[in-house]
Amino acid sequence: MNSTERLLEVRGLKKFFKTKKGILHAVDNVSFDVHRGETLGLVGESGCGKSTLGRVVIRLLDATGGQVFYNGEDILKYRGQKLWDLRRVAQIVFQDPYSSLNPRMSVSSLIAEPLEVNNICKGAEKEARIRKLMDTVGLAQRLYNAYPHELDGGRRQRIGIARALALEPEFIVLDEPVSALDVCIQAQILNLLIDLQEDMGYTYIFISHDLSVVKHISDRIAVMYLGCIVEMAGYQEIFDATMHPYTKALLSAIPIPKFGVKRERILLEGDVPSPINPPEGCRFAGRCHYKKDLCMRKTPELREMASGHFVACHFAEELFEGRKN
Amino acid sequence: MSDSNKTLLDIRDLSVDYETDSGTVYAVRNLNLSLGYGESLGLVGETGAGKTTTALSIMQLITDPGKYKSGEIYFEGRDMMTLPEMEKRIIRGGEISMIFQDPMTSLNPVITVVRQIAEVISLHENITPDDARKKAIEMLEVVGIRPDRADDYPHQFSGGMCQRVVIAIALACNPQLLIADEPTTALDVTIQAQVLELMKELKERLNTSLIMITHDLGIVAETCDRVAIMYAGNVVETAGTESLFTRPMHPYTTGLFDSIPDLDSKEKRLKVIPGLMPDPTLLPVGCSFAPRCTFACESCERNKPTMVEVHPGHWVACPVVVEKGGVSR
Repeated sequence: MNSTERLLEVRGLKKFFKTKKGILHAVDNVSFDVHRGETLGLVGESGCGKSTLGRVVIRLLDATGGQVFYNGEDILKYRGQKLWDLRRVAQIVFQDPYSSLNPRMSVSSLIAEPLEVNNICKGAEKEARIRKLMDTVGLAQRLYNAYPHELDGGRRQRIGIARALALEPEFIVLDEPVSALDVCIQAQILNLLIDLQEDMGYTYIFISHDLSVVKHISDRIAVMYLGCIVEMAGYQEIFDATMHPYTKALLSAIPIPKFGVKRERILLEGDVPSPINPPEGCRFAGRCHYKKDLCMRKTPELREMASGHFVACHFAEELFEGRKN
Repeated sequence: MSDSNKTLLDIRDLSVDYETDSGTVYAVRNLNLSLGYGESLGLVGETGAGKTTTALSIMQLITDPGKYKSGEIYFEGRDMMTLPEMEKRIIRGGEISMIFQDPMTSLNPVITVVRQIAEVISLHENITPDDARKKAIEMLEVVGIRPDRADDYPHQFSGGMCQRVVIAIALACNPQLLIADEPTTALDVTIQAQVLELMKELKERLNTSLIMITHDLGIVAETCDRVAIMYAGNVVETAGTESLFTRPMHPYTTGLFDSIPDLDSKEKRLKVIPGLMPDPTLLPVGCSFAPRCTFACESCERNKPTMVEVHPGHWVACPVVVEKGGVSR
């Protein structure tokens, strides 16, 4: 194994929140790797912990337990200058470009902010850098002194991206960057993100609830359910060789924009259960069509079923064989 | 109307403006649309295309600063625009119902769900409070909520369950027409699948006509018989679902299809429509889509396109593709 190609190694990561009703298990014992220059898609429904996970791996939130190795070093132990340095190379783009930008700052001062906070440059050099960043993300120069309220969602998201790129990072968490945008604008932003990655070699974690968007942009995809990764594989395998019953139901629920596509839809009953004080056993068991006694007693481990294809289900072999026949 | 025995809803030449401080927003421009009994129509478009304004006009719910500038809206042969307010009230909630996008904000948080359903029933039917409650509980069962949860408040339900309650309210008086404005946009995919399945089943059972407002062409493919694509306040293409999905004609429609990541395609870059929707206060003189259109010619910039029937039931407002379509065939 060549460990240098792994940029991020997450091991047994946990993030719990204390609430009045009990301990909320937002991220519970999650392990995965992100390779340099790739895009790992993180999908799941609301409340599954995907955003929390994205924030913990870049230290926007402190983990409850586990390890996160960035270039081989455990960043959860970082303090002081080390943490400052990490924040420069690991950036995030937030979901809602309407609430993540200060409405009282102009486009140029929004993009300048990370440069100023880190004392990167001043004066003419700073302006040149801002203008270059605006070019990079496709913002017209005439918007230099515009304010966010004058811009549509797509342009606002371009500001969010410019802010993330300002410090020349190598790793970017994209937290639902296109969910608030219309399809035509969404396509423009997705193309921009793909182009930037090709030019600069960025590594992305792309968080989304939209499987077709995730499949489009990702090299590998991890599916989360209630704080755990239930399946992880290459983007094609997830769709063609689906193993976990939850992934199957999730995929079958996507409405396909084509006429006469007949699919077997697996309708899940009920809602996602509460992540507060979850019981022992498989988190999905309550809604699973295949559950057995074992599922209620023992939490399934994420196991490698085929090369690079990980599944957390006690009966993955049986289900997979059954599907093939 | 001569064709009123077949047409449930007929919108003719509807224009709605919003008069704001920064200018007049031309939200809907000379829109024509019709819907038959039992038919389901998908109204598709981006934010600001005028989908919701059209729906609110049908319900006659446009309020200041919105103004109806022109048009007639015939519902079962009666022009909604000229009906007295009292008659409009009887139609709203009784004969035409609407489901709004966000179930959490369209329910009253301090009233139990059963009372919210019973309220509609007692407003529209001559019924005792006890019977209204009984009927409300029946409606809850129809949408798959256990009767023992009837006296719960909206915050005790999840988003999907709240949307079921909203559907129960909308269908409580067995309306002729149900308008669903992005009914599943606020929901997760697996919950969306449940809600869509429920709506389809109830529509079949009650023989309700449906206008499904959405930006998701996947939902249209699954639930609608006919589709109307809206752009900048007007319908640019309308056709049966099969015809529209297999032979999209208007450059905006094809652009919309190309913008959606295709699960079966390996293409990394998406084809995008350049630019943005026009400012609704400054609509172009000619075709609204011309500034972004690769096929636009000089006459597109000067003349408003008219709808042409290219196949039976398939109408397109683009003279250029109509001509080209004829050539390639």
